[in-house]
Amino acid sequence: MSEPKVTDQEEQRLEAQTDEGAQVMTPVRGEVLGGGVLWPETDDTMILNMGPQHPSTHGVLRIMLELDGETIVRSKPVIGYLHTGMEKTGEELTYVQGGTNVTRMDYLSPLSNELVYSMAVERLLDIEVPPRAVWMRMLLVELNRMASHLLWQATNGLDLGATSMMVYGWRDRELTLRFLEKITGLRMNHNFIRPGGLAADLPDNWREDLDEICVTVEHGVREYADLLAQNPIWLERLVGVGQLTTEEAIARGITGPILRSTGFPWDLRKAQPYLAYDEVDFDVICGENGDCYDRYMVRLNEILESVKIVRQCADRMPAGDYRIQDRKVTPPPRARIDESMEALIHHFKLFTEGFRVPPGETYVPIESPRGEIGCYLVSDGTGKPVRLHIRGPSFYNLQALEPMVRGALVADAVAIVSSVDPILGEADR
Amino acid sequence: MADDTADGAAAAAEPPTDEIAAAVVDRFPGSVAVDSHGQPVVYVDPGVWHDVAAFLRDDQRFTQCVDVSAVDHLVDAARAEIPGVTLERFEVVANFLSHPRNRRLRTICELGDEAPTVASLTDLYPGLNFAEREVYDMFGITFEGHPDLARILMPDDWIGYPLRKDDAPARIPVVFKDDPAPR
Repeated sequence: MSEPKVTDQEEQRLEAQTDEGAQVMTPVRGEVLGGGVLWPETDDTMILNMGPQHPSTHGVLRIMLELDGETIVRSKPVIGYLHTGMEKTGEELTYVQGGTNVTRMDYLSPLSNELVYSMAVERLLDIEVPPRAVWMRMLLVELNRMASHLLWQATNGLDLGATSMMVYGWRDRELTLRFLEKITGLRMNHNFIRPGGLAADLPDNWREDLDEICVTVEHGVREYADLLAQNPIWLERLVGVGQLTTEEAIARGITGPILRSTGFPWDLRKAQPYLAYDEVDFDVICGENGDCYDRYMVRLNEILESVKIVRQCADRMPAGDYRIQDRKVTPPPRARIDESMEALIHHFKLFTEGFRVPPGETYVPIESPRGEIGCYLVSDGTGKPVRLHIRGPSFYNLQALEPMVRGALVADAVAIVSSVDPILGEADR
Repeated sequence: MADDTADGAAAAAEPPTDEIAAAVVDRFPGSVAVDSHGQPVVYVDPGVWHDVAAFLRDDQRFTQCVDVSAVDHLVDAARAEIPGVTLERFEVVANFLSHPRNRRLRTICELGDEAPTVASLTDLYPGLNFAEREVYDMFGITFEGHPDLARILMPDDWIGYPLRKDDAPARIPVVFKDDPAPR
């Protein structure tokens, strides 16, 4: 691709900014749409931009909708409004600092991002974390999944006018976030799961808090199911809306609850177990029709499965170290720094230069609340990665929008976008 | 992991243990199968990039291509040699997943500095539409046959490809008001 001449640059810039243009949808005539509707032969369609500031787009997603009356004939998601060059930033940070970067990508499940990054670094280093770190990671990630799905219940309710659900969802999410704050020090963007283990051990009395959260959330989920699952207005808005088939979902790279809602029980925690997921007992929730209602039910029930896993993690939490005792990877305890020269040096080296990772490349996938999140990491033997690529589930899941909204009404588009649960921080990175 | 390069060379010299990777090498001579930290990886020629994907999808039941990405190796301090592969500046990486066989496979092709181009896989895996646009946007690698190869994350009028190692928009010298002379 040759770059444009500088003389034309200003002109082209203006044109690109003012023209509906660069993202234009080329017209297709006589195309058969979903439901057997023929493409309108007249020019009576209009383009409606939903977003980037539409409240139901959960961030800055813009969807170009081509409407025939109130029916959507074509659509195109336009992303990039939240692009902050995090993959580029990742190449400038040491492996120790990298966690602070990736945790900000999917800001509703930061611990999944940290986990996938840490696992990729650990695979390149060829190290194994101690059992307590494994189980703590599982506990944290599942708590985070609960928080993420609860928030989705809230925003989904808000998008569809169930305002009370909005309040309940945020309330329960706050419970889990408060607990995560107690463990990690921050409500979000924890940077707690780090290469080599975790930043700290569990606090005192964590078990009591955890039991209380589990009981409250379990009770809450039952209440929310009573509130909405059989509610006639809720059913009217969701059942049969935004249907997706399994074949279409797989072809479009869709993973996570959206794929499972089509009746395909694929969950990386079961299919390709990592951490200790093969040792805990839980079910893969899957739907049947792949519509908005199934996606709602899948996420609702996944909260209960996460509660189950959290309880088992708490019961079986092994004693021991919460990080490996390799001073090249994890810092020495604070107290050692005052008495040991080596500890001081290790601490200093680790936080200035970081550690070196042998040359190589790896791809590590895990199941985040939104689907398969993967980390492709390439090292050249220095202290900073050559390439840090995060395969964000939201980035791929947004491609499910086009078949879902085809033939739907504008009002349904809100329900459909909400049911995809896109996190634009992760899609745009 | 101290002698990583030696390990990698030894692993590549032996025949690949993964039978799918071996099948790809059988079918497409010139491909090189290696084991990368327990994951099967096949280095393929850019010319057969699309054929390999078609083979994986149709004959090996790889139902999903979960990700396509690229790497720019321009300024690597050290790079593991892979016997039989001519390493180039760019690498395009595709991660395949087979749901029925519960297996993963990664294919990598090497692309040179001059107008890097490779065939698009969007006709086989429509879900790669966004991914290939992102690689084009970030690395300037062209995917032939892509239905809509436009920038996706950067503004449409952006000049340059941000994830290339020699892309330098931020290196425009900053001159402060009372700075005596540019350093």
